[in-house]
Amino acid sequence: MTIQDIFEETYSSLTVNKVRSGLTILGIVIGIGSVIAMVSIGQGAQGSIESSIQSIGSNLLLVMPGAQRGPGYQVSSGRGSAQTLTQEDADAIIKQITLAQAIAPEISKRYQVVARGTNTNTQVVGTVQSYPQVRNIQMEQGSFITDQNVLSLSRVVVLGPTTRDDLFGEGSNPIGETVKINGIDFKIIGITKSKGGTGFGSQDDMIFVPLKTAQKLLAGADYVTTISIQVQDQNSMTTAQEEVTNLLLERHRISDPQLADFNVLNQADIVATASSITGTFTMLLAAIAGISLLVGGIGIMNMMLTTVTERTREIGLRKAIGAKKKDISIQFLAESVMLTFSGGVAGVLFGWLVSLAVTQVTGIATQISSSSVLLAFGVSAVIGIVFGYYPARRAAGLNPIEALRYE
Amino acid sequence: MIICESITKVYVNGDVETPVLKDVSFEVKHGEFVAIMGPSGSGKSTLMHILGALDTPTSGTYRLNGHDVSKLSDDELADVRRDKIGFVFQSFNLLSRATVLRNVALPLIYAGVPKTKRNSKAEKALIAAGLQEDHWLHLSNQLSGGQMQRVAIARALVNDPALILADEPTGNLDTKTGEVVLGTFQELNRTNRHTIVLITHELYVAEHADRIIHIQDGSILEDIRNHKKRVVRMHTSL
Repeated sequence: MTIQDIFEETYSSLTVNKVRSGLTILGIVIGIGSVIAMVSIGQGAQGSIESSIQSIGSNLLLVMPGAQRGPGYQVSSGRGSAQTLTQEDADAIIKQITLAQAIAPEISKRYQVVARGTNTNTQVVGTVQSYPQVRNIQMEQGSFITDQNVLSLSRVVVLGPTTRDDLFGEGSNPIGETVKINGIDFKIIGITKSKGGTGFGSQDDMIFVPLKTAQKLLAGADYVTTISIQVQDQNSMTTAQEEVTNLLLERHRISDPQLADFNVLNQADIVATASSITGTFTMLLAAIAGISLLVGGIGIMNMMLTTVTERTREIGLRKAIGAKKKDISIQFLAESVMLTFSGGVAGVLFGWLVSLAVTQVTGIATQISSSSVLLAFGVSAVIGIVFGYYPARRAAGLNPIEALRYE
Repeated sequence: MIICESITKVYVNGDVETPVLKDVSFEVKHGEFVAIMGPSGSGKSTLMHILGALDTPTSGTYRLNGHDVSKLSDDELADVRRDKIGFVFQSFNLLSRATVLRNVALPLIYAGVPKTKRNSKAEKALIAAGLQEDHWLHLSNQLSGGQMQRVAIARALVNDPALILADEPTGNLDTKTGEVVLGTFQELNRTNRHTIVLITHELYVAEHADRIIHIQDGSILEDIRNHKKRVVRMHTSL
């Protein structure tokens, strides 16, 4: 029996009962389709989370304050409470650590911001000229804070696009106008470009003021809350992380790294953590969808067993005219693989449509990877073989005499 | 051609042994038209299964064209059936949703005949079986009983077998159509020298053969030349 013969025999036997074949295929379509759709939603979510983390800058190390501890005491006043990071620390890092390409210290705090009667509560970031480079921010209008602004304690402000929309209305151009932060007037000199991302911690809902201005006029203190460091390249992230840690430990005169009053976060670690969370989420969705695939496979087996019983006489005849066990089992296996494979093709299309619809309706980004499509085809073929094996063996094992007599 | 020596067949069901064939010996020569006749339960079906390489005897030897077929494995028996035997069954056993040509060409798939040669072989067999050309592309469930049996005969002929085994070929047909089918067998036997073994329980049907082997209770009762052969004269089309 050539491949073409097998294909023709299979096609003609499956088209004999089109409704039944169609319904059985439908089970596989739904199974494969939901796996594809679920995985695409999961991977889309993963992609958008990763890109929003990436959008805060590339090859980024973040030095954050840790817990302040009194000398000699094991009492911690809580993570993030330390006020020991300073501008001098930042200067030392850029001077002594060659892997650090650029550095941007910042002090941030939420304030009520007022403009012409409207007001909003937003994150006010006091920072320096290099911040846009390090944190990957581009300007939509005007210019960013300069080092000159920082030195001269200028009362200038750069708005994030969301804050601009909140205060002055969408798409307006408020450059040259003033806003009041904490009762002090600031002149607007620029608007940053939107980076996307919504909700708490959005990079668009922020306003920027010169670092010294924020320290002296708003916070009334000299510490910084975060130092962002841009590292040369991705491979030197870990080395740079260690060097920064050692430098700061030395500067803060802390001998036990366990007691450090700061944390150095590696952007790659953050991405990895977020990816592992969304990866687990994707697996969970796929597993639930996989159950429907299993049910579809059982449907295939059910149909094939019924078919073998119905076609007992045909099997007997085929054996009488010279078909071997192998020929019969290949024919029935081919039928179940053809069912699941065509179900797989339709299922990929169906899953693709579902994920398109999800993107249309909910706005969640979805992403169909070629690996999930290949996997779906592989899985559907394997299901055909696994669930077709038993019926095919049953058919092949029939005694031709009894099969011919079967009523 | 066919040599059966002391063939016995015993069915074992638990502790109960049921002998179905007891020491059956006979020979069929090339080109003979033999009827095996007996009432139901006589063992004629079991003998047909052994002759058709669907089953093997418990003891004794069965030689087909000089080869011992009595101790082969399932797959070797399948090869014998494929290459040497053509079956015609009482209930036709055609694939109902397939065309006449596809039904006839079915054995050629297993025989590994290339696709290009299958149709011409099938057409030759259909001509020999006397089915008119305008039916060849019909689905087999659109045919009458007599036409279906001709398709089945063509299917049995298509791979040029050494032996044609017909198991009650007229059992599902009315007398007149049955007569025509028997005439077809006579025609094949006379013009193409095909060896034909016909199994039946009716004397009337058996009398269309040249020789009648009468079986009763698993043994040969008599093996006689049929001097009153009923020759079907007109080879009418169905």
